[in-house]
Amino acid sequence: MPDQGPSWDVVADVQLLLQFHFMQNALLAGTMVAMLAGVAGYFVVLRGQSFAAHMLSQVGFPGAAAGVLIHASPVLGLIVFCAGAALGLGALGREVDAGHRLESAAIGSILAFSLGLGFLFVRLYGGSAQGIYAFLFGTILGITDRDVQLTFAVALATIAVLAAIGRPLMFASVDPDVAVARGVPVRMLSLAFLLILALSVAITVQIVGTLLIFALLVAPAASALQLTARPGRGIALSIVLSLVFTWLGLALAYFTNVPVGFFITTLAFAFYVAVRLVTAPGAVMAPA
Amino acid sequence: MSMFALEFMRNAFIAGGCIALAAGLVGYFVVLRNQVFTADALGHVAFTGGLGGVLAGLNLLAGVFASCIAVALAIGALGGRARGRDVAIGTVFAWVLGLGVLFLSLYTTARSAASGTLGVSVLFGSILGLQPAQVIVGSLTALATVAVMIVIARPLLFLSIDPEVAVARGVPARALTSLFFILVAVTVAESVQAVGALLIFALIVTPAAIAQNLSTRPWAGMALSAGIAVAVVWLGLTLAFYVALPVSFLITGLAFALYLASNFARRMVRVGGLA
Repeated sequence: MPDQGPSWDVVADVQLLLQFHFMQNALLAGTMVAMLAGVAGYFVVLRGQSFAAHMLSQVGFPGAAAGVLIHASPVLGLIVFCAGAALGLGALGREVDAGHRLESAAIGSILAFSLGLGFLFVRLYGGSAQGIYAFLFGTILGITDRDVQLTFAVALATIAVLAAIGRPLMFASVDPDVAVARGVPVRMLSLAFLLILALSVAITVQIVGTLLIFALLVAPAASALQLTARPGRGIALSIVLSLVFTWLGLALAYFTNVPVGFFITTLAFAFYVAVRLVTAPGAVMAPA
Repeated sequence: MSMFALEFMRNAFIAGGCIALAAGLVGYFVVLRNQVFTADALGHVAFTGGLGGVLAGLNLLAGVFASCIAVALAIGALGGRARGRDVAIGTVFAWVLGLGVLFLSLYTTARSAASGTLGVSVLFGSILGLQPAQVIVGSLTALATVAVMIVIARPLLFLSIDPEVAVARGVPARALTSLFFILVAVTVAESVQAVGALLIFALIVTPAAIAQNLSTRPWAGMALSAGIAVAVVWLGLTLAFYVALPVSFLITGLAFALYLASNFARRMVRVGGLA
């Protein structure tokens, strides 16, 4: 895409990165997404809801395609579908995890159908292969000004709500029984968090795509939780990591023409493996 | 015009039927043993493996089979320890998929832009575009899977329902588990052509979930699961012949509708039983 390749001059590189409007949009949206994904992801890992995040992101695929189909913004479609799925999960009344046989079969069935539905929507508006890849694996092209504004509004509102309910949510996540005894509205919090998760997934999908959500929502938080047990530090670290992965991923994708999803997943995965190797007891680095 | 007058429709019915039979049978045990996440993961691996195979100048199918079997053996070697660690597994498979994206972009830039649909057909299947050789390979591996599955069904059922007693009775747990993982891998690999790496659930998990809703008896459940999978594929193909909708969507949609209906039926039976 750019005329010149990257050099060792960081200032010149940043100027190169910012010379096109689409890249400014991608970086703006990416920054908001990474911050929200960092915070929300921390609670996802803490509460063991990564399978729910996975499911919500796959429901987002038909959502995004439907948004394009009716000539609205794909982000709007994502938000509507993901929030709907979160409410549905909440209505079922049970936490979604991969532990129960019938529930995971149910989730599997929903996943297959939602991907099939997304494929239908893409075909209906005559979308190209590139269009499908953009939904599934993310893109740095085609994030419009309206998408950036929506992302900004959603991220701001969600982070504000998370900041407000952060303390009781932490309590409810770590020790639900004691929290109920102390009068914390655990069920309400749980539903509120599912909705926050749905919104986070909806805007994260634009950058990394439906299939690679783990890279931004789960991996930084999982790495942070390995490194520190203190919540404040953990959340901060999770945000910093997801920001770094996103910025580096976007920059690398810009200069190499390789999809951004590949770089973000690879960075996140490499860091997670490195952290596990360093912190795991009896690992290569620290023989028992 | 009859749809069977067309060679590609005949091919789709033969290959789709055989693959669905295998997927329904293997899927019954996937759901019974609570390994849905593994099937999902193998679907991701199939995407990367297939594109990697093509990129390396090999056959797409060779890449799919090799990568799925290798990963299935690795998961089997991890054994029970991998269970419940969905953060670790999810992160690994997001990366595998990310690698697939790299392969895809390398492939599309290496060839003309028109070949960009290869990835889509791996992800969503192209059952109507099967080559005669693919039909033969797909059908034969599927039938072989069914045969092995029938042979090991009884000890595997025992092992899945009551592992401790089964081991005490001398059922070779490790060998049987590894063999089962290989069968899942082969099923995922052969289904990639028909429904694609992402929609594998529709043939492996959904018919099995329906069968579990309708019957608690294992043998009836297995037969139901296999029968429903075949019926869904054939119905989807028939509908696709008359309606201008993608086959993948029709197959997943039919399966999901049946699943909802079976949930409803189960609830009705339960309410009726109480009254």
